[in-house]
Amino acid sequence: MHGFANPKRFLALAGWLTPLLLVSGFFVTAAALYWGFTQVPPDRLMGETVRIIFIHVPTAWLGMGGWTAIAISSLVFLVWRHPLAAIAARGAAVPGLVFTLVCLATGSIWGRPTWGTWWVWDGRLTSMLVLAFLYIAYIALAQAAQREGVSARIPAIFGLIGAINIPIINRSVVWWNSLHQPPSITMGKSAIDGVFLAPLLFAVIGFSLIFGGVVLARMRALLADIQADARLRRRAMEAD
Amino acid sequence: MKAKHQRLVLVVLALIALVGAGLLAAYALRNQASYFYLPEQMQADPPQVGQAVRLGGMVAPGTVEMQADGITVTFTVTGREDSAVPVRFAGILPDLFQEGSGVVAEGRLAADGTFEADKLLAKHDENYVPRELQDMDEHQAAEMARETTIGIE
Repeated sequence: MHGFANPKRFLALAGWLTPLLLVSGFFVTAAALYWGFTQVPPDRLMGETVRIIFIHVPTAWLGMGGWTAIAISSLVFLVWRHPLAAIAARGAAVPGLVFTLVCLATGSIWGRPTWGTWWVWDGRLTSMLVLAFLYIAYIALAQAAQREGVSARIPAIFGLIGAINIPIINRSVVWWNSLHQPPSITMGKSAIDGVFLAPLLFAVIGFSLIFGGVVLARMRALLADIQADARLRRRAMEAD
Repeated sequence: MKAKHQRLVLVVLALIALVGAGLLAAYALRNQASYFYLPEQMQADPPQVGQAVRLGGMVAPGTVEMQADGITVTFTVTGREDSAVPVRFAGILPDLFQEGSGVVAEGRLAADGTFEADKLLAKHDENYVPRELQDMDEHQAAEMARETTIGIE
């Protein structure tokens, strides 16, 4: 693990892993969505609108997975002081925010025909919206910390504190009466019929590969950004 | 103790405190953050008459009735326990409104114990079943529900 904490070795690894993840993720996602959108029968109650599940559920999981990655990376950064862990946390923030927003948008579109409303302030929807706001705050904080040359520990602490929202999102439909249905997929069993479940799992794999590829690409961009900043600062010092 | 271990202990303690605080807050919120009353909750601890609240539960099979005016529908909402609240609603029913399905009604409790709904939201359950593969019993139930509600739409 310490080997990959070396930025040089990381960049060499990420250099070929990024396109591999993005390309394979693109093909798996395209195949899964084609399967889900055209080859699956309509649901007994919702009819054709059930197909939104193939985007809504993977993006919801990855939106929450992104913050979990931020929290774990922040923990590693705070305890072991790996500089790459701080970069990894920042790399997961933008794709995490995008997936959360896609989840909110598809959920809203799904809610209109199914529930009869675009939006309600129930526990699940509200906590997911809070997650999107947390992402925006984290991105702004991490950027400000880099620009001002302040320690990356501040965004890392924020990343850890924000993780409290993840179990709340997960349990929101169990703890509180909500319009959103309780979880369909729990440990070892699924209330989703196999016809829907198989393309859903493929879509989850495909979106996850894309997510991983984007995180690596973001990390490379952030490393380049930091290097450029450092070089500029050195030049400015020499010029003085 | 090495500095690294000190930091680890500190972060773990902070996390435990944080999770504890979060769980306590969620526990304290558990009534306020609920989106609706269940019928048993509404009967055990009824809201004030006229106060805007939501009622959620299952539309009891065989209780959906169209009133003589042609737009008012009455039905009974049942909960997890053996409890039922009568509901009156005048308006357009959502597509997924069916006997035996979940519903959330926005409105207020009337003095006679009937829930006067202004708006109905259909609640979906966690099951996703394609039309072709659903059980015969469920199929017949849905068919029956569709037939009994045909006049309402």
